[in-house]
Amino acid sequence: MKAVARLAVAGVVLLAGCAGAVPLPDGDTAAFGTQICGGTGADPSAYLRTMPVLPGAAPRLSAAGSSLIGPMMSVWAQQYAGQHGTRVAYQPIGSGSGIAQTIAGTVALGATDTPMTSLERAKAGGRRLLALPVTLGGVVPAYHLAGIGAGLRFDADVLGAVFAGRIRRWDDPALRSLNPGLRLPARDIVVVHRADASGTTAVFTDYLTRGSPTWVSVLGAGNSSGKQVVWPTGLAGKGNDGVAGMLAQVDGAVGYLELAYVLGQHLPYGQVRNRTGDFIQPCPATMGRAAQGIDLAADLPTSLADSTERDAYPITGVTYLLLYADQHDRATAVALVNFLAWMLTTGQDLAPPLGYGPLTARLQRDTYAQLYQVTADGAPVAPTG
Amino acid sequence: MSLTLKDRTTRSMPEPAGSRQRHPADRLFQAAVHAAAWLPIAILGATVVFLLVQAWPALTHYGPFSSLGSIGWAPSRAITESTSPNPYGLLQFIYGSVLTALIAMAIAVPASIAVALYLTDVAPRVIRRPLAHLVDLLAAIPSVVYGFWAIFALAPTLRPLGEMLGRTLGAVPALGAVFAGPFYGYSYLTAGIVLAIMVLPIITAICREVFATTPVPRKEAALALGATRWEMLRMAVLPPARAGIIGACTLGLGRAVGETIAVTMVIGNNVTGINPSLLAPGATMPSVLANELTEATQPFHLESLFVVALWLLALALAVNVAGRLLVRRGHREPR
Amino acid sequence: MTTTTTVTTSAATASAATARAVAGPVRRLRRRRLTNTAMTVTLALVTAAAVAALIWVLSYVATQGLPTLGPAFLTRTPPGNPAQSGGGFLNGIVGSLEIVGIATVLAVPPALATAVHIVEYGGRLARIVSFVTDVLVGLPTILTGALVYTIWVTRFGFSGLAGAFALALIMLPLVTRSTAEMLRQVPQSLREASLALGITKARTITAIVLPTARSGILTGITLAIARAMGEAAPLLLTTLGNDLFLEADPRQRMSTLALQIFTNAVTGYRTAQSRAWAGALTLIAIVVILTVTARLLPGRHPRRGR
Repeated sequence: MKAVARLAVAGVVLLAGCAGAVPLPDGDTAAFGTQICGGTGADPSAYLRTMPVLPGAAPRLSAAGSSLIGPMMSVWAQQYAGQHGTRVAYQPIGSGSGIAQTIAGTVALGATDTPMTSLERAKAGGRRLLALPVTLGGVVPAYHLAGIGAGLRFDADVLGAVFAGRIRRWDDPALRSLNPGLRLPARDIVVVHRADASGTTAVFTDYLTRGSPTWVSVLGAGNSSGKQVVWPTGLAGKGNDGVAGMLAQVDGAVGYLELAYVLGQHLPYGQVRNRTGDFIQPCPATMGRAAQGIDLAADLPTSLADSTERDAYPITGVTYLLLYADQHDRATAVALVNFLAWMLTTGQDLAPPLGYGPLTARLQRDTYAQLYQVTADGAPVAPTG
Repeated sequence: MSLTLKDRTTRSMPEPAGSRQRHPADRLFQAAVHAAAWLPIAILGATVVFLLVQAWPALTHYGPFSSLGSIGWAPSRAITESTSPNPYGLLQFIYGSVLTALIAMAIAVPASIAVALYLTDVAPRVIRRPLAHLVDLLAAIPSVVYGFWAIFALAPTLRPLGEMLGRTLGAVPALGAVFAGPFYGYSYLTAGIVLAIMVLPIITAICREVFATTPVPRKEAALALGATRWEMLRMAVLPPARAGIIGACTLGLGRAVGETIAVTMVIGNNVTGINPSLLAPGATMPSVLANELTEATQPFHLESLFVVALWLLALALAVNVAGRLLVRRGHREPR
Repeated sequence: MTTTTTVTTSAATASAATARAVAGPVRRLRRRRLTNTAMTVTLALVTAAAVAALIWVLSYVATQGLPTLGPAFLTRTPPGNPAQSGGGFLNGIVGSLEIVGIATVLAVPPALATAVHIVEYGGRLARIVSFVTDVLVGLPTILTGALVYTIWVTRFGFSGLAGAFALALIMLPLVTRSTAEMLRQVPQSLREASLALGITKARTITAIVLPTARSGILTGITLAIARAMGEAAPLLLTTLGNDLFLEADPRQRMSTLALQIFTNAVTGYRTAQSRAWAGALTLIAIVVILTVTARLLPGRHPRRGR
């Protein structure tokens, strides 16, 4: 019965993808260069689902962090509250805040799109922090350019040059050569980036660092990636939301946003060249391709830009949920484990319609196994085996 | 028994006769009230002390005034061991705070004086109170609503004006830097204009009080000598009100410097440097605090944010203390 | 014959001389009158501009917010998916009322006591406290938020109580100052009569002075409430917000109307923006109703200008 239900959900999502459920804005468009975006790229049947729903969960959880995962957490929190009663209050204040507040203990659960640095880990004072991947997110170049629709093509160095302020106008020869069929207007490019410490920024700048020599030379090696960089130019918005809001207000603006935001707000977004040289449309399936072969044993990179899979979307990142492994309050620990287990199973089906990539089977199994390590006052919360 | 201006300062009740044997409840009441009176002092003291304690590590590590001397806020460049250069330069925040406040003052001060004069002496008596209520209503609108309106109504309206300024004045050799384009709506200028609208009712209200205390004989004397109404205002009302007006403006300045939400929404959040153009995006001290206080994990990031908070406190206190003193002087001495 | 002409000429010269003598002052008078008219018109225009700005803001919020504002908006919480339309800010409205309510309960008693001390007891401490209170009124509210974040949130987490505490710190000087003003306006003769009858000072204050100033004190409290409802900056750092759920327990994170407007206003989702406009209209309505009610209360009112 459950298998039938799962197949049905997958089928609906497939159909939605094929139907091109998201209307693209009017204007010149370039064809998106990938054909696999109809599916989700995930294999839910291989997921681990062994955790029972534990009794004694706290009725409320306090969470905060990444705005990349904001819409996803919002949908998850509402669905979960309806089905299981625990209300998770999530505030998308940026990955930096998610890390800082979780370590400080002012929130129980934090979300970040980039692994913690060693400096950050040190602030935990020896207590062990679990970093659990829960979804794949795709950071896409979004823009607001009158007369130009979705599908604008970028490659890594051109994108890096744009955001470093080296390419200043939309009709620059570099952009024109990548997009021969489009009539790009003679307008200034207005860069919009993040004002807060952002995992989205970390994923994006990691991709630029790996692929754009121009970006690295302008920012300086060692300073060209991270949650915060010294941006050479542009306006700054607070959160993915702030960037999206500014994009809508300024004609000629370009920024980087998670796919869910551009889909939900019908913003034009571009396609990016990956390691194999193809222009890849960002979608759950291409994000999943980038995550193929990754497991938790090694340190996860911030962006999966170096994937050599065909159809892999290079600016893919993984969102982690952070929590202390040794919880002080049993009710909170139970609530956390229940919510996370639900997120890693039922929750994954809710990701593709929003524009997030469900975890690969390998990542899901690795992560799910870590749930058994949560303890409350020394005793493990979940029954082992 | 009638209220003279002297009575507006503290005035205590006379002690009842035979007060040697005071009721114990009386003494208790006095003690409780006396204790409560320490609360404002405790709050101010706690604010200063806690901010100082939080900022102390950064002050000792980088030196107390090094952040004042550097431009550019770059938490990503902070390294625990290095003490120089200070990556947490806050000169651009002070510049942003002062510039937006000055733009606000340049617009609001003449406007407020004009409105206050109109409401106290020039407007037909029938409409004085309703107009005064309307102007006061400007102060009731919450700052988040002002910011919201500024993004969607003010900035798009300003854009053609800003672009024209950028093209015309921006091309002039020396002055041009101040008006250099491009103009995207998010700028010092937009923030300054929003602040002007927010600060105008405050200055107007205080000026109205000050103008209303002009002694009538002085006004009548001017009119008796044949002055027109404007001349009467200019000679009899404005000069003695000078201290009060300056006090009102200083208080308005204090409010402009401390305003957070409306400014953060429209200023563009550029923390990396000082752009001389009014049309460029920038940042203020409150805006960086609102944006970054919850997320500071870099070495000395949180502590440096509290250094910003300390300087904001110092600026706000200096302006407010000066303003209060001037307003009191303006009330006390109508010459 | 010549005498008549001489007389006529001298009369003509005399009147011509008079005309010349008054020409200057007449011109100056005309210029002065012109200046007067010009300045009167300028003052009127500037006032009209100020009122026009008010009308612009209010009408813009009204036109943007009215389509979304309705009973559904006031009774529902936002949808999980921000791209969906519908839903409302019930959690923000309830949170605002609750947090500001708690802040009022926390702030008013100490504020009354402080004002009583300043006015009724006097002395050097009272003068210092009065000055410090005036200075506190102008303290940037983000600093109050930073203070509460440091001393409370880092220990106990984000909560509605922390937000209420921050708002109480902001309301305290406002209520103190307006109450002190009202107490000063109570005639001294009332106090003297009471004391002459042998009533203790404490009872004089509680039974005579405070009730006399009651409506003015209420006005001051109402205005402070209106101001607290509009604050968002300190709440960003203390209660953090609870976007989806209606939360009545102040020990949990709560949302307020101002916070919800802020987070929804800066998004790119048109649906969230329209909810924010409706929220802004609701907040303005609440604040304006509070302000107007305060002014309509009978009796004397505290001076404006804060």
